[in-house]
Amino acid sequence: MSTTEVSPTARPATVPGEGPAPARRPRTFEQANRRLKWTMLAPALLFVGLMIVFPLVYTLDLSLTDAFGAVNAGRTYVGLQNFTDALGDTRRFWPAAQRTLVFTVGAVILETVLGLALAMLMRKPFRGMRWVRTVLIIPLLTTPVAIGILWLLILDPTNGIANHLLAGVGLPRQEFLGSVSQSLPTLMLIDVWQWTPMMTLLLLAGLTTLPEEPEEAARVDGANGWQRFRHVVLPMLGPTLATALVLRAVDALKTFDILYATKGAGGGSDFEVETLNVYAYGLTFDYQEYGLAAAVLVLFTLFIVGVVVLLRRRGGRKTA
Amino acid sequence: MSATVTPVPVRAHLRRRTALSWLRGITIAAVTLVFALPLVWMFAAAFKTNVQVTDPSVGLWFNPTLENFRSIVEAGQILRSMGNSLLVGVVSTVLSAVIAVPAAWAVGRFDMRRTGSLILVARIVPAISLLVPWYYLFARMGLVGSYTVLILSQMFVSVPLIMWIMISFFAGLPVELEEAARTDGLSAFGAFWRISLPLAAPGTATASLLAFVFSWNNFMFALIFADDRTQTVPVTLFNFISYASTDWGGLMAAATLITVPVVLAAVLGQKYLVAGLTSGATKG
Repeated sequence: MSTTEVSPTARPATVPGEGPAPARRPRTFEQANRRLKWTMLAPALLFVGLMIVFPLVYTLDLSLTDAFGAVNAGRTYVGLQNFTDALGDTRRFWPAAQRTLVFTVGAVILETVLGLALAMLMRKPFRGMRWVRTVLIIPLLTTPVAIGILWLLILDPTNGIANHLLAGVGLPRQEFLGSVSQSLPTLMLIDVWQWTPMMTLLLLAGLTTLPEEPEEAARVDGANGWQRFRHVVLPMLGPTLATALVLRAVDALKTFDILYATKGAGGGSDFEVETLNVYAYGLTFDYQEYGLAAAVLVLFTLFIVGVVVLLRRRGGRKTA
Repeated sequence: MSATVTPVPVRAHLRRRTALSWLRGITIAAVTLVFALPLVWMFAAAFKTNVQVTDPSVGLWFNPTLENFRSIVEAGQILRSMGNSLLVGVVSTVLSAVIAVPAAWAVGRFDMRRTGSLILVARIVPAISLLVPWYYLFARMGLVGSYTVLILSQMFVSVPLIMWIMISFFAGLPVELEEAARTDGLSAFGAFWRISLPLAAPGTATASLLAFVFSWNNFMFALIFADDRTQTVPVTLFNFISYASTDWGGLMAAATLITVPVVLAAVLGQKYLVAGLTSGATKG
């Protein structure tokens, strides 16, 4: 890229401690940087404007029309019709919203509790830490579709190793992803398998930044392990915990890949794992109901932003 | 659990501590195995015959065969898809870094939290809400199926991700370094280019590696915007499920092929990747 802004004449002439900068550059450091910072931000802002803000506004526009079928087809404005249709739809929309919430709340709570327990266990350095961290990071980086089909194999009702192991300890055979009622809980458990390590790593990073003195003081005062955790470590870890929770909740709300890879379009024959994400995807690309899909997406986005604001505020109050 | 504070004879106390640390070690090992075993199972299945894959009593001890890999490579699409994923991943990551690193410098250096969070909104917005208008617009422009659209859509993930990691990185670099460079006659941009950017190289590498991995893994954008020619690995894998659902060996071999680069990255860059994934969360 361009290195030409490095002024070639000024550099060799200036010896450290020689005196003020040459008069030909009267701008102060801050002034020059103030101009520069907007130059540096411009490409990112342009990208965000073109690829994010404009499409979002376009979605809003699309949600007010009857766009359907071919993308070149004409569309007319129908006001809030799509929104009333979506909000009045108790067959697909509301169950999908409910599943989204159940999936997110269930998975995130489990991941937080397990992640925190594991982080506390791993808090003091031990031999093999490096390898444990490597193992923990792999599920986070693995292609979700690969994870989906891997679990399809493991949880296969007839030939899967999971049922083989269950039988080994005398438990009844399970259908897992093969059944309507077990699919969503099973997918929550897969999500827990994939994302608990993320919670552990985040909380472990948070734990290592905590000062040791308050805990030592509590120990001297006679607090036991649980009391020290509950009344000293947990409050100090609050901000990290809140951030990790928001991050994970936002991603869990948007889960798509594994749901779609294991259960296909519509989230299964009975829509059993159809979350808002899967529903909106189907509306757009299977049914080409662009107008209605856009309305669902506006509602979905508002929902996510609402969750973030709510969690942020609660997290903030807790830390204040 | 509560024993460490009650006064016990030193020896019993020590024995108890040793026992506890053993218990801790065993628990950590067991939990780690739970996270590792499913993937070990996948790698093992990739080297099994189709009869062995669907026989759960065949554990991890069997005669490995490369037959599954041979058949999926001969089928053709997988290598082509890996090439496509590599291309889309590298180009989108490089372009994203060029856009995001200077922006992160500006946000981190001048503490522009408001502007920063505006860009990070992209972290919150569901990709699907952009996919619909993108599809609508790109389809009208006749761009669906092109590498351009795959790369552009992937940048939606990469730009905020790289910014997210780099903002805290630049915020942590002492501003005095740049001020000193300025008094030595470098321009403002020169100070960034010659001083801060090289210092931020490790962070940039981490962020770029993560961005590449996320691109390699991305399913939704590729499902919509790729055609047979530009298909990336997750889509190829997904298509395998419907075309060859009985060929578990082939499926696992394909899954293994596309997971190996990720595992290698994790093993080699574990420390940096963890730092990258957790930065922002602990500082922001």
